[in-house]
Amino acid sequence: MYVAVKGGERAIDAAHDWLAEERRGDPAIPELSIAQIREQMALAVNRVMAEGSLYDPDLAALAIKQARGDLIEAIFLIRAYRTTLPRFGASKPLDTAAMRCDRRISATFKDAPGGQVLGPTFDYTHRLLDFALAAEGEAPVARQGDPVAGDTPRIMDFLNADGLIQQEPPSDDTPADLTREPLEFPAGRDLRLQALSRSDEGFVLGMAYSTQRGYGRNHPFVGELRIGAVEVVMDIPELGFDICIGEVTLTECETVNQFTGSKSEPAQFTRGYGLVFGQSERKAISMALVDRALRWDELGEEDVGAPAQDAEFVLAHGDNIQATGFLEHIKLPHYVDFQSELELVRRMRREAMGEMKEAAQ
Amino acid sequence: MGTDMTETAERQSWMGLLARAPAERLAALMPQAPEFDWLRVPEIGGVMMRGRAGGTGAPFNLGEMTVTRCALRLGSGEVGHACVMGRDKAHAQRAALVDALMQGATAAAIRAQVLDPLAQDEDARRSARAARAAATKVDFFTMVRGEA
Repeated sequence: MYVAVKGGERAIDAAHDWLAEERRGDPAIPELSIAQIREQMALAVNRVMAEGSLYDPDLAALAIKQARGDLIEAIFLIRAYRTTLPRFGASKPLDTAAMRCDRRISATFKDAPGGQVLGPTFDYTHRLLDFALAAEGEAPVARQGDPVAGDTPRIMDFLNADGLIQQEPPSDDTPADLTREPLEFPAGRDLRLQALSRSDEGFVLGMAYSTQRGYGRNHPFVGELRIGAVEVVMDIPELGFDICIGEVTLTECETVNQFTGSKSEPAQFTRGYGLVFGQSERKAISMALVDRALRWDELGEEDVGAPAQDAEFVLAHGDNIQATGFLEHIKLPHYVDFQSELELVRRMRREAMGEMKEAAQ
Repeated sequence: MGTDMTETAERQSWMGLLARAPAERLAALMPQAPEFDWLRVPEIGGVMMRGRAGGTGAPFNLGEMTVTRCALRLGSGEVGHACVMGRDKAHAQRAALVDALMQGATAAAIRAQVLDPLAQDEDARRSARAARAAATKVDFFTMVRGEA
C-alpha cells in the first residue's frame, strides 16, 4: 500500500550535503582527479564499464569518484546515464582475431603459434603487500622485446582444422537486445551472452565456481585467453561505407570442454565463450564457464538441476542493478505496509488468546 | 556513391585514424579552421558493439560505447563527416573538418600536417605496447632428465 507522506526534505538536503563533504574526505589531502582514477584504478574502471554496459573510461572514472568507490553505485550511475543516450546504431561484429594482444595465453597448447604472452598480469606475483607503493617513487619502466608482426592466430582454429571441436558457424542474424526488450525465457545464446557480459562479476564467478565444484560439471580448460585492443567498425548509411569509430580493450576467453558424441557423431570437444570490456579476465573466464553450463540442452546433456544450468536463475539474478534496486528498496519507508502487518499480528494474537481462554474454561 | 574503391579505402583509413587519435593531439596539429556550415551539429549518442559467439559464430550484443557524430560543409563545398568514440564534440568537429579538407585542394598539405603525424603517433603507441608484450613472451626450455 502506498500513501503519500510529506516531510523530510530538509533532512534529505542536509544528508546530501554531508555526503558531498564525506566524499571529499579530509580537505588537507589532495583531491583525486578523474584522470588519476582512469589511469591508476583502471581495473575498477573496466569493471564499471563492463557491468554498466557502456564503454567510456572517463565516465566510469567520474562515476567511481561520485560513488566514493562503491562500484555497484557507480555502475548504477552509468546505467542511468546510458538510458539518456540516443542509439546511433550497432557496430559490425568485433573481429577479435585481429586483436592487438597485450596478453595471450593457452592452458591447452604449450607451443601455440604466437606463443604464451603473459602481459601485465597479477599471475605469478607473490601477493605480498608492496610497501614501496606507499612511498613516492620514480614511475616504473617495463622491459621491451621484439614484437612479431601480424595477427595472433586463434587456438580454436587448430582444433577446428582437425574437426576435434564443435564449430561456431558464422551468421548475420540480428541478435536480440535485452536493453530494448525485457528478458524472456527460454533465452537464446545471444541474449545469454549479452546478459552474462554485463552481469555482476562476483555472481558470475560464484556460478562458474559452482560448476567446477560439481554442480553441473563440464571440465573446462582455458583454450585461449586474450586481452588487447580491437577496432570498432560501423556502417555509416550517409557515406555508403563503414568506418572505424574507435578502439576498445576487451578480454576474450574460449574454453575447451568435455566432449560429447552420439551414435551418429564422433566425440568432439565443446566450447564456452566469454567476452568482456576491459582487462577483466576473472569475469571473462567465469562467463565462458557459465555460458558452457547453460548450453546443456543444445548439446544434449542431462539437466542435473544445477543452479548454473538454470538460465532463468542465472540471468535473472546476475544483474546487480536490478538486484540492488529490489534489495535496497526495502530500507525505504514502508510505514503503512508495516502498520497493517502489525494490526494483523495483534488481531491474530488476540483471537488466539481468546480461544485459549475459552478452552481453559 | 560513385567514388572508386581506392578513394573509399583512403577515406575510411583517415576517418578511422582521426577517430582513434587522442583529442588533444588532433587539436594541437589542427590548422586554422576554414569557414563552414553545420549539416549536423555534434551530437552525443551510443553505439551497440556486437561480438560473435565463440569469436566466429552468431552475433550478440556486447554493450554500448559513447560516440559523437557531426557533419559539416566547407565554404568551398566539400562535406566532412565524423563519428568518433567518446563525448568530445570538439574532437568530432575537428575530425569532420579534416575529412572535408582532405577532399579539397589542400589535401596534400593536410596529410603532411595532420594525418602523417597522427599515423606516426599511432604506430609508436602500438609498437610500444607490442614491444612490452613481446618481452613477456615465455621461452620454454626442457629439463633434460639425467640418465645414469
